[in-house]
Amino acid sequence: MLDQHRDYVLRTVEERGVRLVRLWFTDVLGNLKSFAISPAELENALEDGMTFDGSSIDGFSRVQESDVLAVPDPDTFELIPWSEPGAAEARVFCDIQSLDGTPFQGDPRQVLRRHVQAAHEQGLTFYIAPDIEFFYFEQPTKGSQRPKPLDHGSYFDLTTRDAAGDLRKETIRKLEQMSIPVEYSFHEDAPSQQEIDLRHTDALTMADSVMTFRLIVKEVAASQGVHATFMPKPLEGVQGSGMHLHMSLFRGDDNAFFDGDDEHQLSPLAKSFMAGLITHAAEITAITNQTVNSYKRLVPGFEAPVHVSWARNNRSGLIRVPIAKKGNPLATRIEYRSPDPGCNPYLAFSLLLAAGMRGIEQGYELPDEADANLFEMDDASLAKLGIQQLPQSLSDALRVMERSELVYEALGEHIFEWFLRNKRREWRDYKTHVSQFELDRYLGSM
Amino acid sequence: VTAANAARGRSIVVFAEHVAPDVARVLDLAGYSWKGVTSSDEAAENAPTDGWVGAIIDCRDASEAAWAFARNLRKEDVTIGVMVLIGGGQLGDLDLRDDLFDDFCLMPFHPTEFEARVRHLLWSNTGDTDVRSDVVEYGELMLNLETYQATIAKRPLDLTYMEYELLKFLAQNPGKVFTREILLSRVWGYEYYGGARTVDVHIRRLRAKLGEEYANLIATVRSVGYRFGQSRWG
Repeated sequence: MLDQHRDYVLRTVEERGVRLVRLWFTDVLGNLKSFAISPAELENALEDGMTFDGSSIDGFSRVQESDVLAVPDPDTFELIPWSEPGAAEARVFCDIQSLDGTPFQGDPRQVLRRHVQAAHEQGLTFYIAPDIEFFYFEQPTKGSQRPKPLDHGSYFDLTTRDAAGDLRKETIRKLEQMSIPVEYSFHEDAPSQQEIDLRHTDALTMADSVMTFRLIVKEVAASQGVHATFMPKPLEGVQGSGMHLHMSLFRGDDNAFFDGDDEHQLSPLAKSFMAGLITHAAEITAITNQTVNSYKRLVPGFEAPVHVSWARNNRSGLIRVPIAKKGNPLATRIEYRSPDPGCNPYLAFSLLLAAGMRGIEQGYELPDEADANLFEMDDASLAKLGIQQLPQSLSDALRVMERSELVYEALGEHIFEWFLRNKRREWRDYKTHVSQFELDRYLGSM
Repeated sequence: VTAANAARGRSIVVFAEHVAPDVARVLDLAGYSWKGVTSSDEAAENAPTDGWVGAIIDCRDASEAAWAFARNLRKEDVTIGVMVLIGGGQLGDLDLRDDLFDDFCLMPFHPTEFEARVRHLLWSNTGDTDVRSDVVEYGELMLNLETYQATIAKRPLDLTYMEYELLKFLAQNPGKVFTREILLSRVWGYEYYGGARTVDVHIRRLRAKLGEEYANLIATVRSVGYRFGQSRWG
């Protein structure tokens, strides 16, 4: 099988006159990394991988050995639709290996591969469809730090001469050229905020797609002199950008989350999976929401979850169980609402799967549905219902993660240690920063 | 006869766990040069310098391996003449595999019939009347099987490998309705574990790449599966 994939790639490079092949991979923080090789080197790269020095990639450094191998995954080979005419370029995602050919511990894609494989061994395939929100702003000019929205439209607005609408349309065209079908796209609630919903696919392909998605959104915007950002909360006082994840597990052709006899049409397996997510939600939040800024989105009043709870139709909870259209068994799924689009999708998907699978393996009990508006309840009533809050800051989240045996096992020691070190430094830098808020508030009055 | 058959371009590869004595006898008596193999690698290693001109594939034992061998042969060389040997209970296995063989012979065979079929296979395959097309065309869609390139209305389609394989299979069988399971087993192979949902995902991607105007080349047949092009019932 692999030989034919390889032939297909090599032949396409030849036939389409590809001049440059970009090898893509992702660092621990979720930044897309790339280096280019000439077509002449591709055959060798597909066979043996390309050696490079990983020591300056975030999360790749090791004590003894800095060289690693990038091994292209020929299934992900695609022509890049925005390359110059006459100088076609292609991209291919890589798995990172140590020089001895074993999976490199610092590679997020290998971490997700491991979890997807473990689920496969139980006969399960993990499907994800993300709803990704982001903002368009005017290109930042020197001196003005405040982001300037392109418009003041609102949810589902269709404005005349809608610059953002044209950008969205072009973005979707490019996404579909790169095998990323789009389900919906619309103007979101906040000024200049957009949402694009991708169609479900298996978790590994989807993590690759999210990486490609972020690049295409930024690329298309930049070509029109616009800045696109996945920062979770760029504007105070309006809602931030989330990445809600619709998830399901399939056993062959059957949706393992569906049970027609259940009042919520959820199978026992789905309920244990949800219980796993709820039990371990706080522990995995540092990964699903990895910046200082992430926690300015997770506050009451802006459609972002604050409490660890689930409900069928309550958008204030962490997990929502959407009603499947026409009761379609294949569409039964759960929506996990806390992640933001600035996360590393490989690691976030890995931890969600690990937490859910833990719930299945240990037969966790799903707590009762919380269908009241949790934002209106005081702490005592919440405590009585046993409803916890998500971590309130990056520092809180790191503290919970540090004690989590689940996260340690799921990420592996290398990434676990590196991530905590890196993010503690980020928190320290933030904590020592004197902000405009403090100057405005205290400088005159004290 | 023997002299003619021994001329260049008369070497046959026989895939079988154990080459049946009847098969060996007929080929020997007719003067063919042949070699029994049990894998694609072995066939490649033993190929004469001018290549195999025909293949006889015994599908009675290890039929999956036999069909995989046929598929590999086609990938390597679309012009090689392929005959499959099957038992009476296996006729159903021929369904949807028309692309993989040129002729078949039911076992047990009559030696004279088998010899005639082999002769005809090699004749049609070395005669200049046979130019097996390596291009699949349907309306504005064209697939070049040799270069793996696809175009729609002369515009190149940039496809991933699995998208290409799926489109190729559909375009080679226009008008037929395929269930997801059949597509999965024929395009992805039995070893794939993703389930039939993978098929839906790839169909969506293909439609998106074909573009609005041509997306309807692939029709969804409700609660059955997919059909490429017009239904043969009009």
